[in-house]
Amino acid sequence: MSRPVLDVRDLKKIYGQGEATVHALRGVSVTVERGDYVAIMGSSGSGKSTLMNILGALDVPTSGTYLLDGVDVSRLGDRQLALARNRLIGFIFQAFNLIPRTSAVANVELPLAYAGVKPKERRKRAMAALDVVGLADRARHEPNQLSGGQQQRVAVARALVTEPALLLADEPTGNLDSRSTEDVLTVFDQLSSSGRTIVLITHEPEVGDRAKRLIRLVDGDIVTDVRQSPINQPPVGVLAGGRHSL
Amino acid sequence: MSFHEVVRFALRGLSANKLRSALTMLGILIGVAAVILLVAVGNGSAQAISDRIEALGTNTITVMSTGRGGSSSTALTKDMADALVDPVLAPDVKSVSPVVSSSATVTYEGTDHDVSSFVGTTPGWFTASNTPVGPGAAFTADDEAQGRRVVVIGQTVAEELFPGTDPIDKQVTVGGALFTVVGVLAEKSSTGFQDANDTAVAPLTAVRQVLTGYGSLNSILVEAADPGKVDAVQSEVSTILNQKLNVTSSTTPYRIQNASQLLATQTETADTFTTLLGAVAAISLLVGGIGITNIMLVTVTERTREIGIRKALGAPRRVILTQFLIEATLLSVIGGALGVAAALIGSSFEIVGVKPVIVPSSVGLALGVSIAIGLFFGGLPAGRAARLRPIDALRYE
Repeated sequence: MSRPVLDVRDLKKIYGQGEATVHALRGVSVTVERGDYVAIMGSSGSGKSTLMNILGALDVPTSGTYLLDGVDVSRLGDRQLALARNRLIGFIFQAFNLIPRTSAVANVELPLAYAGVKPKERRKRAMAALDVVGLADRARHEPNQLSGGQQQRVAVARALVTEPALLLADEPTGNLDSRSTEDVLTVFDQLSSSGRTIVLITHEPEVGDRAKRLIRLVDGDIVTDVRQSPINQPPVGVLAGGRHSL
Repeated sequence: MSFHEVVRFALRGLSANKLRSALTMLGILIGVAAVILLVAVGNGSAQAISDRIEALGTNTITVMSTGRGGSSSTALTKDMADALVDPVLAPDVKSVSPVVSSSATVTYEGTDHDVSSFVGTTPGWFTASNTPVGPGAAFTADDEAQGRRVVVIGQTVAEELFPGTDPIDKQVTVGGALFTVVGVLAEKSSTGFQDANDTAVAPLTAVRQVLTGYGSLNSILVEAADPGKVDAVQSEVSTILNQKLNVTSSTTPYRIQNASQLLATQTETADTFTTLLGAVAAISLLVGGIGITNIMLVTVTERTREIGIRKALGAPRRVILTQFLIEATLLSVIGGALGVAAALIGSSFEIVGVKPVIVPSSVGLALGVSIAIGLFFGGLPAGRAARLRPIDALRYE
C-alpha cells in the first residue's frame, strides 16, 4: 500500500494558560489512505474545527506530528507552508470565503495564480473545475450574484482546481438549506468516486452517513472510528443514486 | 507568481472600491498640484520682478537729485556728468548719459499725442539703459553736439501718430519746434503701471533748447564696464560727486540707485514669498498623505479576512505584502501624476497676474514625498496583515 495522504500522531492543541487552559485536542492519532472519504462528527466544542484547521495547515498544533503526503508540515517555514497549502490541500470553508467583487472563474483561478500557472492554462483549468461542479455557465457571476449552494460549489471548484492530494471541508453544508446541501454533497460523492481523498467535518448525520468512514470526536478525543463502506468503491450516495437523484 | 500578476491583483483591489480610491487619489492630487503650482507662482513672481529689474539694466547706476525745488547748490548739472567721465578717478565707468525728461505733446498732421516721458540724452543712453532701436537708427554723437532736432519714438507713439505708415523721416512738432523722426524703439515690456513704450528720445541739447531749458538734469545714467564692477563704479561716482558738491555731512544731496542691489532685495523678498507658499502647500500634501495612510489602514483591516483566504489558498507572505504595497503606491503614484498634470495645466494660466514658472525640483519633491508616504504607511498595515497566521486572519472580524 502506498503511503497515507494524512498521518497524524498524538496531536495536541492547548489554548490559554493556567486556570483558563483549554485542551482542544488531547492526543489525536489518525491516518487517512488515498481515495478515502472521511466524515468527522462531533458536537460543538469537541475540537473538530481545531483539528480541521491544523490539518489544513492554517494553525499549528501544540505538540504531535502531522505528515501530509509524507511531508512533516510542522517543520515547514512560511514559504513552504504556503506551497503546501497551495499544492497539497484544497480547503472548503463553512462560510464559503470567496473573494468578494471577484468573478467565480477568477476566484477559482486564484490558487493557480499563486502556483504560477500561465493565464491561458489557468482559465482552461478553472473552467474545467467549474464544469465539474456544474457551474460553467455562471463563471462570470460575482459571489453576491450566486446562491449559497452555488457559492459553496464555486469554493469546491477552487479547492480542487490545483489537483490537491487532500480535500478538506469544514462544515461545508453548515450554512446551506437542504436543497443546496444535496447539490454540494452530490459533488462530493462524484469527487470521491473519481478517487479523490476527502475529509469533512459535519454535525449533520445525513452528511456523515454518506461518507465511507465516520469518526466521532468528543472532548478532543476520537471515540469511534467506523468504516461504513469499502475504500475502493464509490460512496453510498452514488450507489443509492435513486434515492437522492433529483 | 509574476510581478505583472501581482500588479493586476492590486488594480483589481483598487477598482473594487472605486469611489474610495478616487477620493484618496484626489487628496494626493490636490496636495501635489498645490505644492507644484504655488511654488511655481512664487517662482514666477520672483522671475517677473527680476526680469523687470534686468530690463532696466543691471550694470548701470542712476544718480538722482534729492534736493527739492532745484536749488543750484544741490542740482545735478551737465558739468557733473562730464566730470564722471574720468579715466583716472573713475576707471570702471563705461559711459555716462545725462538725462532730462518732461512730458510733451507731439503733433503730426493735426494728430496730437501726449508723450509721458520725452527724454533728452546722449547716444550712449540707448545701450546703457538697454533700450535698442528697432526700425531706423538712434541719433549720433554728432547730432547731439550740433543740437539737431531729431527724435526716436516709442512703439506707442508710433502707433498713435503714424497708424499704418512708416514714421521714419516724417516731421513732428514738439513744443513748437519741428523734430525729424529717425528711428522707432524696439518694443519693451512694461514695468508696472507706466507704458514703457509711450516715450520719445531726442538729443540732450535739442530737448534743453526746446523743452526743458538749461536748468538741472533729472538724472545721470552711469554704465559700468561690466556687471561685477557696479559697486566700484558707485563708490567712484560718489567720490567725484562729493568733491563737486562739497559734501561734508553724511547725507548727500543725491541718491544713487543701483539696479543689482534692487534686484537682490527683490529676489530675497520673492524667495521668502515662495517658501511661504511652499510651506502652505506642503501642509496640504501632508493632509493628503494622512488620507492615504487612513485608507490603507481601513482597507487592510477590512480585508484581513480576504488576506486569510488568500493565505489559505497558498499565497506566500511576500505576494500579499507586494499586493498591498502596490495598491498603496498606485494610489499615490496615480494621484501624484494627476497632480503633476493638473499643476502643468494650471501653470499655463495666469494666476493673480503672475505667470507661474514650474520649478522642476518641486515636481520631484512633491511626487517623491507622496510615493514615500504611500509606501511607508501602506506597507505598515500590509506587513502586519501578511504576518498573521491564516487562521487568525480568517477569524478577524
